[in-house]
Amino acid sequence: MEELISLAVKAIFVENLALSFFLGMCTFIAVSKKIATAIGLGISVMIVQAITVPANNLILTYLLAPGALGWAGFSDVDLTFLGLISYIGVIAALVQILEMVLDKYFPPLYNALGVFLPLITVNCAILGGSLFMVERDYNFAESVTYGVSSGFGWALAITAMAGVREKLKYSDIPDGLQGLGITFITAGLMAMAFMSFSGVKL
Amino acid sequence: MAQTRREMLVDPLVDNNPITLQVLGICSALAVTSSLQVAFVMALAVTFVTGFASMFISMLRNHIPGSIRIIVQMVIIASLVIVVDQILKAYAYEISKTLSVFVGLIITNCIVMGRAEAFAMKNPPVASFIDGVGNGLGYGLILMLVGVVRELFGSGTLFGITILETVNNGGWYVPNGMLLLPPSAFFIIGLIIWAFRAWKPEQVEEREYKIQTVEAH
Repeated sequence: MEELISLAVKAIFVENLALSFFLGMCTFIAVSKKIATAIGLGISVMIVQAITVPANNLILTYLLAPGALGWAGFSDVDLTFLGLISYIGVIAALVQILEMVLDKYFPPLYNALGVFLPLITVNCAILGGSLFMVERDYNFAESVTYGVSSGFGWALAITAMAGVREKLKYSDIPDGLQGLGITFITAGLMAMAFMSFSGVKL
Repeated sequence: MAQTRREMLVDPLVDNNPITLQVLGICSALAVTSSLQVAFVMALAVTFVTGFASMFISMLRNHIPGSIRIIVQMVIIASLVIVVDQILKAYAYEISKTLSVFVGLIITNCIVMGRAEAFAMKNPPVASFIDGVGNGLGYGLILMLVGVVRELFGSGTLFGITILETVNNGGWYVPNGMLLLPPSAFFIIGLIIWAFRAWKPEQVEEREYKIQTVEAH
């Protein structure tokens, strides 16, 4: 249990997907102009991340890993090279299913998050989460924790960024830095702030 | 055709750069720039994938039904990325370890998808290939610029060859360790954007709020 808590803290603060691995940067920069939309997108990412990382973990353990097809009689088959294409397929399919389920059973939530869901398929934070899960050999419990907490970390980062940018638009910025330039520098300062967590060990 | 092939190749380098102007593909780019060699391999890999993905998608563009085009594009891109990944694992294992997940993340690199959607779906294969390569190179250019600054001032080397002898090895240069850490990449890109826009003022974005100067009477 303690291990899982420390994993969660690490995924939220120390190894924040957005600010220390630069994942999901395109949406991070493009959709962080208003706090309300940033929160909506953040929540969607968290939900999708919490579902896809464990789902990909199951696929890896029971279908792709060397010897994983033992239950079907192919004990010497290694399908790990198909990993990338399966993970992105799972992500695209799950996002589509999630969109349909929300539309049918939770219309208010769908109206709030609907526009962001298609964007999430191509958000590198989602695929990145699954790839980190593979690279670090997480088991099922760890991948559930990692999915939820890394999604939360991303949501936290984009909300904070939107808060800064809402204030920033009133300030007098040199012409060349207007818009994109100053956003990058702000993101850099935030990343430095998040780095101060790096000594924290639980 | 409005653009000549040469323009198609050169245009994305500065005038319509995918990173500094189109805001595409920043995602996987920045974490791989702390050493020039890795940045170079990443730039090559992305150029290869964008070029061929645009070409194949453009060949199939009249056969792909509109409603499932994203998935078809994804499959083509993912297959190309798997090829790149396997090649790197076979011939450059050390570099593929350093790149870790970022090779896989070329799939979701918005440049590839962005060019497929915006260009390859409407243009013939050869033109699409050139456009893809051009955009890949534009991305590579920024990557190399950031890589040069970070490696030269962060560890005093370029491509692993010592340029500035560091204090630890008996030289005079005190390396700036911060440049090896992730946040520095943001600052460098921000400054590159500033430099580009100072050079090409038409790329400057409109202000949302103008600051008015009141004249004193």
